[in-house]
Amino acid sequence: MTDVRPRIRLPRSASAGDSITVKTLINHDMETGQRRNSAGETIPREIIHRFTCEFNGVMVIDVAMEPAISANPYMEFEAVVPESGEFVFTWYDDNGEVYTATEAFEVS
Amino acid sequence: MQHLKPARSLALASACVAALWSGAALADPDLTADLVIDGELHIVTRAPSDDIITPNLPERYSGWLFRSEDTRAMEMDDFENPAMIAVEAGADLWTTVDGTAGQSCQDCHGDAEESMRGVRAMMPHVNEDGVLWSMENYVNNCRTERMGAEAWRWSGDEMTSMTSFLSLQSRGMPVAVQIDGPAAPYWEQGREMYYTRYGQLELSCANCHEDSTGQMIRADHLSQGQISGFPTYRLKNAGIVSIHNRFRGCIRDTRAETFAEGSDEFRALELYVASRGMGLGIEGVSVRP
Repeated sequence: MTDVRPRIRLPRSASAGDSITVKTLINHDMETGQRRNSAGETIPREIIHRFTCEFNGVMVIDVAMEPAISANPYMEFEAVVPESGEFVFTWYDDNGEVYTATEAFEVS
Repeated sequence: MQHLKPARSLALASACVAALWSGAALADPDLTADLVIDGELHIVTRAPSDDIITPNLPERYSGWLFRSEDTRAMEMDDFENPAMIAVEAGADLWTTVDGTAGQSCQDCHGDAEESMRGVRAMMPHVNEDGVLWSMENYVNNCRTERMGAEAWRWSGDEMTSMTSFLSLQSRGMPVAVQIDGPAAPYWEQGREMYYTRYGQLELSCANCHEDSTGQMIRADHLSQGQISGFPTYRLKNAGIVSIHNRFRGCIRDTRAETFAEGSDEFRALELYVASRGMGLGIEGVSVRP
């Protein structure tokens, strides 16, 4: 698999207290653990099992993810931004890896 | 008037059945939809037919017009389009040194945005030796002959990432393949194949994609089988599908032994099918169910 690379999209601007749409996409095979290889052996499960988003240290969303979620999981949610600050996005891989992305956001 | 009631409900019932049937057909294709990427780039999804290449089509329609609103929306936003993952991987490969010559694609070709612009729109194309080549052939020729690197598998991750990246450089440009001169015999071969029935089900490409456009094949909608959207991210594969991979899938579904990806037959068929979409905008990379 190619490098795992998180992608984030936030609106260009918002006022303090606005609800904004946050979009994230990360490339990942999300191997379910249900498939077999050509030799008939089970391919071990390897998915991203948890996704979180924090804004200035406050948890915005904390998602438990399951094997039925498709490859390259896409998340879209609303978040209220009371002030300028920084979003921190974190994806937790079954293999122990943790992928993070940060994105500053200015309110007007 | 009591006796009229049964007749009336029967009429109602058949009206319902008719509505169900026409409801399925109404969605195909949606001619009111406009394909605009990120609110900026307009892509042509309807092109006039002609008497030489597509005498049996009233108009040429991109497969995008046949898809559900949700799937169409994914392609209209580069962030939501999962194929852009492959495009990014392809952009990395473009600048990656590989092979004994110690060179990357970029070392010879420079900025792909300039040097590769329009390439996808004219593929497949007859090479200097008079042989019809697909984009994959050109890529692998560079790798083995110039870079001293190993050829990529036709539908492997590297190749589909590279073709996705190359295709994007022609996005929005009209399909403009050469079908005369040295390409003519290949085009004829492709047309012959298009109208030949294959497999235990004895189906030709035309049976579905020309005779039955807009109808349902089990749960799926039959498009015109245009390839202007390729390489395409198929949601059911959760990955990029090449043109020849798609051809294989179709021929397999007729319960035939398929040709190999990259074979003479598939390259000829690719040219013919590409020509059927002349004038349609290159979408590669598209999103399909």
